[in-house]
Amino acid sequence: MKIGVVTFPGTLDDRDAARAVRLAGGEVVKLWHADADLHIVDAVVLPGGFSFGDYLRCGAIAAQAPVMESIIDAANGGLPVLGICNGFQVLVESHLLPGGLIRNENQHFICRDQKLIVENVDTAWTNGFKLGQEITIPLKNGEGGYIADEETLKSLEGDGLIAFRYSEVNPNGSVNDIAGLRNERGNVVGLMPHPEHAVEPGFGPDTPLAMRSGVDGLTFFTSVLNQVVNS
Amino acid sequence: MPKIIVEVMPKADLLDPAGKAVANALQRKGNAEITNVRIGKRIELHYANTPTDADLQAAKQIAADFLSNGVIEDVVNVIVEN
Repeated sequence: MKIGVVTFPGTLDDRDAARAVRLAGGEVVKLWHADADLHIVDAVVLPGGFSFGDYLRCGAIAAQAPVMESIIDAANGGLPVLGICNGFQVLVESHLLPGGLIRNENQHFICRDQKLIVENVDTAWTNGFKLGQEITIPLKNGEGGYIADEETLKSLEGDGLIAFRYSEVNPNGSVNDIAGLRNERGNVVGLMPHPEHAVEPGFGPDTPLAMRSGVDGLTFFTSVLNQVVNS
Repeated sequence: MPKIIVEVMPKADLLDPAGKAVANALQRKGNAEITNVRIGKRIELHYANTPTDADLQAAKQIAADFLSNGVIEDVVNVIVEN
């Protein structure tokens, strides 16, 4: 199973995303923003960071990159795509997911282990979770406040397109505690927190069992591998 | 240098944290008459020649599609400046 991990100028978490793919049992294909060729991958991860310095708006310039034209086409054809943090912002700016992300309501950059509720498991990236499951993965953003107009929110809620909600604490003022979304087909998922930082014991969030033992993020990557194998 | 100026503002009903921080600082400095601050963007598009009507129409399209995100921002002005 080949999973492409895209690097834009200013991407930070491509290596961690690649590591997560490998730990889940997948093969990593490095994709470059200026190369429109997706090299026959079975899925794509848009990692976190500050693509193109977040000039104009977070993810706005990255959304215009040659590789994104191919990814938008492929995503519309059903290719699984996961956008993490800046990658989520790129998905929103690419109109693969609706709404927008603005500066955190509290004006602070927030870095914490964040509890989330899994709101939808009918997607390429969440099928290994249980509906309503509480997971903990790191969150680190300055512009993670999710917003959308009333009509969009109504359809997100009504059509079950919310993939994750913040639990206990809403760290950035996102409407309806939205932490992540899915598209109608379920192949595209985007979220602000970072599953790729919670994939290996010793390097994840603390759990009641042991410090840094949290690996809830690994399920994103095993989910997509399962889906690709079964399809 | 002939230019087209594009001005983009955060939507009026959205919180503008940067503007709020500046407004708080101004009020601390004693400018009680300033009740709010909102911060937007001025983007200059430079042209070799005086922009035509077609250039202006194209710039309006670019402003709507790329220079702003209609979910969070409004384009408030697109004008030619010679």
